[in-house]
Amino acid sequence: MAALPLEQALVLAALLFALGLAGVLVRRNVLYMLMSIEIMLNATALAFVAAGARWAQPDGQVMFVFVLALAAAEVAVGLALLLLLYRRFGTLDADALSELRG
Amino acid sequence: MSASDLPILLPAYGEILLLVLASAILLVDLFLPERLRGLTHWLSLATLAACFVLTVQVVRATGGQAAYTFGGMFVADLMANVLKLVVYAAVAAVLVYSRRYLAERGMLRGEFFVLALFATLGMAVMISANHMLALYLGLELMSLCVYSMVALNRDSATSTEAAMKYFVLGALASGLLLYGMSMLYGATGTLDLTQMAQVIAVGQVNGVVLVFGLVFVVAGLSFKLGVVPFHMWIPDVYHGAPNAMTLFISTAPKLAAFAMAVRMLVNGLIDLAGDWQQMLVVMAVLSMALGNFAAIAQTNIKRMLAYSTISHMGFMLLGLLAGVVGGNRFSAPDAYSAAMFYTVVYVLMSLGSFGMVLALSRAGFEAEELDDYRGLNQRDPWLAFLMLLLMFALAGVPPTVGFYAKLAVIDAVIKAGQIWLAVVAVLLSLVGAFYYLRVVKLMYFDEPRDAGPIAPGRDVRWLLSANGLAMLVLGVMPGSLMALCLVAVQGLYPLAR
Repeated sequence: MAALPLEQALVLAALLFALGLAGVLVRRNVLYMLMSIEIMLNATALAFVAAGARWAQPDGQVMFVFVLALAAAEVAVGLALLLLLYRRFGTLDADALSELRG
Repeated sequence: MSASDLPILLPAYGEILLLVLASAILLVDLFLPERLRGLTHWLSLATLAACFVLTVQVVRATGGQAAYTFGGMFVADLMANVLKLVVYAAVAAVLVYSRRYLAERGMLRGEFFVLALFATLGMAVMISANHMLALYLGLELMSLCVYSMVALNRDSATSTEAAMKYFVLGALASGLLLYGMSMLYGATGTLDLTQMAQVIAVGQVNGVVLVFGLVFVVAGLSFKLGVVPFHMWIPDVYHGAPNAMTLFISTAPKLAAFAMAVRMLVNGLIDLAGDWQQMLVVMAVLSMALGNFAAIAQTNIKRMLAYSTISHMGFMLLGLLAGVVGGNRFSAPDAYSAAMFYTVVYVLMSLGSFGMVLALSRAGFEAEELDDYRGLNQRDPWLAFLMLLLMFALAGVPPTVGFYAKLAVIDAVIKAGQIWLAVVAVLLSLVGAFYYLRVVKLMYFDEPRDAGPIAPGRDVRWLLSANGLAMLVLGVMPGSLMALCLVAVQGLYPLAR
């Protein structure tokens, strides 16, 4: 089986990252923003795996595992905040978060 | 596997002890009866004191030399140990300042102390990280704890809003940093910062990918430091978080962020200094301009101090960007030690000024409007005098240490030949003096608006006095702290010759 060329993997990672970044900036629903952040983190994890394959090292995959674990931890905190937010404001619209200004 | 195959853990003793004791406190707090809950506070202080003493012992044992462990992932050089000592002391001061405030609002529970201790552990790991994985793990441990601390007051809508904004932007910044790290790994083939510096120095590296990664790393760092253009979270989070959490966020994490910047940029990427210094110039000038001008318009002292943080961190960057001149590192120790001195001094000033906000607040009263400080001199002359010292230090008025810190940084900038940058920094500091001195004017020349009692408690009063007077003492005798910073920075791997 032919290996996936490095460039293609990195382009895919860059596309996914840009997609996630755009999602965080454009989406107004906090839940979708969290999902977009997940996409960003997974794109970086993919870039690590691709880079690790290029150097024939296990380090990239080790980073991948850690990024996955930390993304899970981050989502745990994020969803807890999301629940708190929904109970306070009754909406997940990021534009409702506008008490702090100046 | 024989005993000699195990890593020598001596450099990490402080962190290991902190981890064990924090976990123990987590369990002890669960089984404590309600009337003994105050014990957690003292246990946390004892933990920090024990880590402080142990770190001093580690410095003695290593003789101030850089000691590596965990396969080079973890380094305990003098800079790491000094910064860790300041972090432990700062967190302990935060716990003392915030005890009464939290008790009056029903937040003096185990969660606060455990989150604070684990955040401290994250900072210590960040400060000692010599590997991108360790750096990222420490950063996330700190950040996740701090997000939760901001949201600890579940009944407050502003706290929830602040926590959510902090979380989304913080996670975004972590993503940017991590993406930059993956590019650096792709270009150099190593995650170890020492090896990365060696690989880059040899020069067989794809420069485009490297600089691409560098841009993302600098973006991630600038978020954690809170400098323009990634400063948006600072005013909202400082304003919305409970005062005690604002005090926490504005002190120890700044030291960790400084250490992270030094580890990535100096330890790992000093051969790219020509590239990252240009980015820091733009960020520093914009931060000082935006921070100082926006602070003038504020009526809330927490928001005002938040914008002042942005300007101070911009000022600190001036020290970092003055190190390498035309590929020449001779003046780097002076410049980086000025930046380190500035960060340490800023943390002391921030501890004092937010500590004052906490000391003046009481049940149902947050003391966060500038008007609450009117006529403080008539109500409590000593606290007003301490606040005067702190404001003078933040503004950089001569007898205080704030002046010396600014002088050291500007000296480094001038030695690097960037006269225009020094002029801009001085002018913007003058703008900043306006809003600090306005607080002094309110305290001394206006009539009090608020007649409530001021009862900060004896321990807080003593600590605030020490903190405020330190501004004066360090300002008159900055030599020993400055010398310590210089020795610490000279021990950094790329500068040690």
